[in-house]
Amino acid sequence: MTDTTEVSAAPAAPIASSRRFTASIREALWGYVFIGPWLIGLAIFAAGPIIASLIISLTDFNLLRPEAVQFIGFDNYIKMASDPNVLNSLLVTVKFAIIAIPLTMVASLGLAVLVNSPKLFGRSIFRTLFYMPIQIPLVASTLVWIGFLNTETGWLNGILAVFGITGPDWINSTVWIYPALSLIGLWGIGNLMLINIAGLQSVPSELYEAARIDGAGPWKMFRRITIPLMSPILLYNLVISLIVTFQYFTQAYTMTNGRGDPDNATLFINLNLFREAFQFNRMGYGAAIAWLLFVIVLVLTLLLFAFARKRVYYAGGES
Amino acid sequence: MTAPAARRLRTFGEGGPVAKAYRRYLGKASLTMFGLILVSAFLLPLLFMISTSLQQPGQRTTPGAPIYPAVPLTGTYQGEPYPVYAVPIDGTTRNLMLVDKGRESSVFVDPDDPSATPIEWQGHWRTLEQAWTFSLDFGNFANVWTQLDFPRLLFNTAAIATLSTLAAVASSALVAYGFARFRFPGKNMLFVVLIATIILPFQVTLIPTYVIFTWLGWNGTWLPLIIPHLFANAFNVFLLRQYFMSIPRDLDEAAMIDGASPFRILRSVILPLSLPAVAAVSLFHFFFAWNDFFVPLLYLASKPELQPLSIAIQRYNALFVSEPTLIQAAALMTMAVPVVVFFLAQRAFMRGVVVTGVEK
Repeated sequence: MTDTTEVSAAPAAPIASSRRFTASIREALWGYVFIGPWLIGLAIFAAGPIIASLIISLTDFNLLRPEAVQFIGFDNYIKMASDPNVLNSLLVTVKFAIIAIPLTMVASLGLAVLVNSPKLFGRSIFRTLFYMPIQIPLVASTLVWIGFLNTETGWLNGILAVFGITGPDWINSTVWIYPALSLIGLWGIGNLMLINIAGLQSVPSELYEAARIDGAGPWKMFRRITIPLMSPILLYNLVISLIVTFQYFTQAYTMTNGRGDPDNATLFINLNLFREAFQFNRMGYGAAIAWLLFVIVLVLTLLLFAFARKRVYYAGGES
Repeated sequence: MTAPAARRLRTFGEGGPVAKAYRRYLGKASLTMFGLILVSAFLLPLLFMISTSLQQPGQRTTPGAPIYPAVPLTGTYQGEPYPVYAVPIDGTTRNLMLVDKGRESSVFVDPDDPSATPIEWQGHWRTLEQAWTFSLDFGNFANVWTQLDFPRLLFNTAAIATLSTLAAVASSALVAYGFARFRFPGKNMLFVVLIATIILPFQVTLIPTYVIFTWLGWNGTWLPLIIPHLFANAFNVFLLRQYFMSIPRDLDEAAMIDGASPFRILRSVILPLSLPAVAAVSLFHFFFAWNDFFVPLLYLASKPELQPLSIAIQRYNALFVSEPTLIQAAALMTMAVPVVVFFLAQRAFMRGVVVTGVEK
């Protein structure tokens, strides 16, 4: 506080304004000091690498021979269009997303409704138990599920056999691997469930009371009140699920030790990227795949938002 | 009809209060039952894991073996051990020792009464199933413990997670305080950028970051797992900022009048009042780091002595893929710490999710 004494020596009127001025400058400086770590990190770990990644994607950069790097224009991007691994990895990711995302959305909302119901004894215990598996390290939970789904030593097919169903070879079938991975994904719905519970609790209870007086049943109230009022939260969950699905890696890597078995059915975009960049050392190509992934996720997210805006508008028009 | 009888009818009749309460109770009970079935099915793989990890290696592949941990039953007859089989006799199944094997008929002895007359049973003994008895085998855990050098893995995992959490919480608290309490040009725009970094897929920055760390000579060390967290991350900053903003400004102003510097205010006023949020962020980050797979795989793949649990058990699975008892034991040991801590601190976890998830 040494500079305040200096300022107080100046004439009366400017004192107040210059004091206020220095105070606000000082406040701004303190603000920048405190957010400094993030600003520096933004430059080193986000902005810089984003630009570098764009440049690398236009080269044939190989970390083992960095001096031999050559600018090759859009060759990497052109190559992707006819690379069977890239095309297959897109297809694989989409196939998985089509099963896993709806399952996750419905299950997380269903469980939220269940554990939020006043008709359930021990709601908080149920909530904790349904949330808990998200805390299990992904590698460990994947190993548990691989064991559980094993046709010889696992339990699931044994249980299905009790009901007279011959269970498939979940892990080694190019078809059943996606439902299998989606089942594993159910252990990760805890966060979405909690967010849904918060959403359910934020719906004003007067609306339900009014609807009940008008003779609406529970399903009608759910469809006409709960779902529309929760639509922003459902959209948020959907976007998060989409991003997570397109980043899918650990479970696929754990399951086949990174090989993408069976028959490349688990060669997800991210796994393919990992192999190209870090196992085959084709970093330029890897960077191009990363940008492809980013563009796909961005476009899908924007489409979702556009679609959602329409839906919300229609819902408003109806009522 | 007398008045009390009519009242009884009203009370206990179909529309009466007892029937209503009964129906409500029935509704609650059936929904709770449904929930119990659902949660049992949801967590059944965990029971599979526990059961398998406590079995002897060959049990799962032996035909007729039970699903719970068990060993083949044996009995003693005239000082010699004999295997016990489930033998169908006269419409019931009895557990009997096989003392004399034969192609057409075999001789069995009741293990509970070895002095009784041996029973001759017609049929091929190979068609019989062995009798099993419940038995826990902790050998798998001991094997995993030594084969994986588990104490070292626990140390690595805990050390990486602790250092990374300290870095993340300290830096995020500074940044959150900056956003919560100071006015500066571009603040709103910067906050939007901060939130936008959540959406940025890490793959886009992955390769350049990897190259930089490799050129710095940090590949094969813990530094790439810890240093980036010194620069705060959006989730933590967001959660802490929300909490800091709920603390009345009068408190900082009082401290400021007493001559406290902003750092001092953060340390002595804001942080002590934000312990729940700090705890939530710490727990989240600690287990994010504990469970992380991709980054350690990238930088520590060739350094077994520095690897955390997640990488080591993935390698272990690749080696022992045909031994489910060992793999399930390893999975159980890997999840033990996160799951126990979760049950102890579940409130902090679950509240944090809702703050970051909904208040956006």
